[in-house]
Amino acid sequence: MKERKITALNALKHGDLLTRLSAVLMGIGIIGHGQLVKGLLVFLLEAAFVLYMINSGLSCLALLPSLGDREAEKVWNETKQVYEYTMGDNSQVILLENVITLFVIAGFIALWIVQMRHSYRLQLMKEQNEHVPSLPEEIKKLFDGNLHITLMTIPCIGVLIFNIIPLFYMISMAFTSYSKEDEHLMLFDWNGLTQFKRVLNLGGNIGKQFWSVLKWTIIWAIFATFLNYIFGMILAMIINRKETKWKGLWRFCFVLSIAVPQFVTLMIMNIMLQPSGAINVLLQNLGLISSPLPFWKDATWAKFTIIIINLWIGIPYTILQVTGILQNIPAELYEAARVDGAGPVRTFFSITLPYMLFVTTPYLITSFVGNINNFGVIYLLSAGGPTYVGDTAGQTDLLVTWLYKLTIDQQYYNLGAVIGIMTFIVLTAVTLITYRNSGSYRNEEAFM
Amino acid sequence: METIKKNRISPQKRLVNFLVHLLLATLSVIWVLPIVWIVLTSFRAEKGAYTSTFLPQGYTLDNYIKLFTDRTVLNFPKMFANTLIISIICCVLSTFFVLSVAYALSRMRFGFRKTFMNIAMILGLFPGFMSMIAQYFILKAMGLTEGSAVRIGLIIVYSACSGLGFQIAKGFFDTIPKSIDEAAVIDGCTQWQVFTKITMPLSKPIVIYTVMTSFIAPWVDFIFAKVLCRANADQFTVAIGLWNMLQKEYVYQWYTCFAAGAVIISIPIAILFIYMQRYYVEGMSGAVKG
Repeated sequence: MKERKITALNALKHGDLLTRLSAVLMGIGIIGHGQLVKGLLVFLLEAAFVLYMINSGLSCLALLPSLGDREAEKVWNETKQVYEYTMGDNSQVILLENVITLFVIAGFIALWIVQMRHSYRLQLMKEQNEHVPSLPEEIKKLFDGNLHITLMTIPCIGVLIFNIIPLFYMISMAFTSYSKEDEHLMLFDWNGLTQFKRVLNLGGNIGKQFWSVLKWTIIWAIFATFLNYIFGMILAMIINRKETKWKGLWRFCFVLSIAVPQFVTLMIMNIMLQPSGAINVLLQNLGLISSPLPFWKDATWAKFTIIIINLWIGIPYTILQVTGILQNIPAELYEAARVDGAGPVRTFFSITLPYMLFVTTPYLITSFVGNINNFGVIYLLSAGGPTYVGDTAGQTDLLVTWLYKLTIDQQYYNLGAVIGIMTFIVLTAVTLITYRNSGSYRNEEAFM
Repeated sequence: METIKKNRISPQKRLVNFLVHLLLATLSVIWVLPIVWIVLTSFRAEKGAYTSTFLPQGYTLDNYIKLFTDRTVLNFPKMFANTLIISIICCVLSTFFVLSVAYALSRMRFGFRKTFMNIAMILGLFPGFMSMIAQYFILKAMGLTEGSAVRIGLIIVYSACSGLGFQIAKGFFDTIPKSIDEAAVIDGCTQWQVFTKITMPLSKPIVIYTVMTSFIAPWVDFIFAKVLCRANADQFTVAIGLWNMLQKEYVYQWYTCFAAGAVIISIPIAILFIYMQRYYVEGMSGAVKG
């Protein structure tokens, strides 16, 4: 007999009666071919799906185009002699239900395909007189050859419900008018790419803010990533020098700052750098300055302060991460450089840096992504400020902190969603470009 | 001849050494100073966030006592208990999720494997806040945003997506030779037995690392906890409590208590961190190799 691929389509074309019947009555083929419990389970799932669709799914999908348009109304109740409020539609709930329903339908289709294929596989096994595994055997296999199913199912469900569905929900918000602007918090409609146009339009107020926030986000990410990287590496090398004494002590001093939770250190830094905070007091008492330095009041000062504090936070991490790799650099390379008469600076730029860049590109990409999404540092230090009157984004806001302000503080959900999508696009572009241009991608054996 | 050469250090080299140590000493002071300052502040007798002197004028233990006895405005002991419960449950769930996913991706070969890793990478590129609001709405629909259900909501949110943080553990499992597994299978072990009886005992460092990171997470997250708890003061975690102590209405009375609270939660985290530091380094260098 010709070997046929086990696909849902082949199951429909070449399956026996039971297999074809399971296109409608799901699970029947599996039961008929000898796996009762599994088949019943599939059948029950189908029944649950049908019940769900009849009870709420279909009525919910019907509202998808309009997202609901009944407003909450005051109705005069004659008998009680009071005004009563009728429940209007809540578009946000309708949208959420729709996203969930669409995922349920997708899950159902996947289940349909899987059960068709399974039924067909069982049928072929029977035809070739192979042994059809019984329930105890199947369960035993879940702890052996199919262990990955046992291990991955619950984590995957968690990710699906609390990461993927929320993400799709948020993305769909970008195409609606869900916002506090014009009072669209209860009822809103689809409005296509309006918000995207608004964000990308350089002339408008929101557009101007977007481009300035984007510019600062990228500048910040570049400075934060590379300054931390370079300075951390230099410090690690200085500590690693043969002649340096008390290596453990120095390392301990730097690493101590990682051990304190980051949000605590950031809040402390914020307080210390206030106009009447500890640093200004110290400098004034020493007579170095006469009036407090405007660490958070002035945009340029704030930007420098943030980058420098981030060095304080980030350098210890770099030291931890690169110390081991630095020691792996082949000693012959340094030896050769010394023989050729290269000084320490030349050696660093011609040997250490290229080697480190080659090995740590994946780490650099991760930390770049982490910096673009670095909420804590900005939110706790400057809170995005200083902010011009009338703007929603401050001078030191990153895309993420702006996203937070737009959704949590301002309730401009649609605009926030657009900013989130933009952040994703920027990150994807940066990651792909760096990765493709990196040495470790183009030439995997450069240092082997 | 050799020994004489070794002992004689040129003056130039000596100067460089001196400068290097001077530099390291200065930098160490800069790095340690804020931490010393917060410890000193936690013992400060004067109230208020801002004082006219850098060092405290008087020292006292009152801040610590107030932190654990004053339950009227900000109930720190309650917050501490909340966070402890949440972090213990999260720790169990997340550790299980992370190790399961990491093991399956490292050791088993199945069709969905590459897809899962790609999806995880793409999800990692979205800002975390993107889904935060939606997660709030979903929890609200489940009725987990009111009263003590907030705790369950927080537990779910902290642990549900932890399966995506498998990279470091997977990197570690990848370094365990496959021949050990194969030998065990020949001796009649099932994959489950290989996982629990062979890989787990060999992976103590990464198990400890995972347990600790997932235990610490609820102590240091204040953003999601803030969104989920809103004004529900009974459910506050330590991080929100500390954050609140610095808000305008509390800062004068509570600033030194904030310092005390910061010191108290930093000590266990610092000990855990210093202990697991080498696992962190091992995990990183493992991940870079791959």
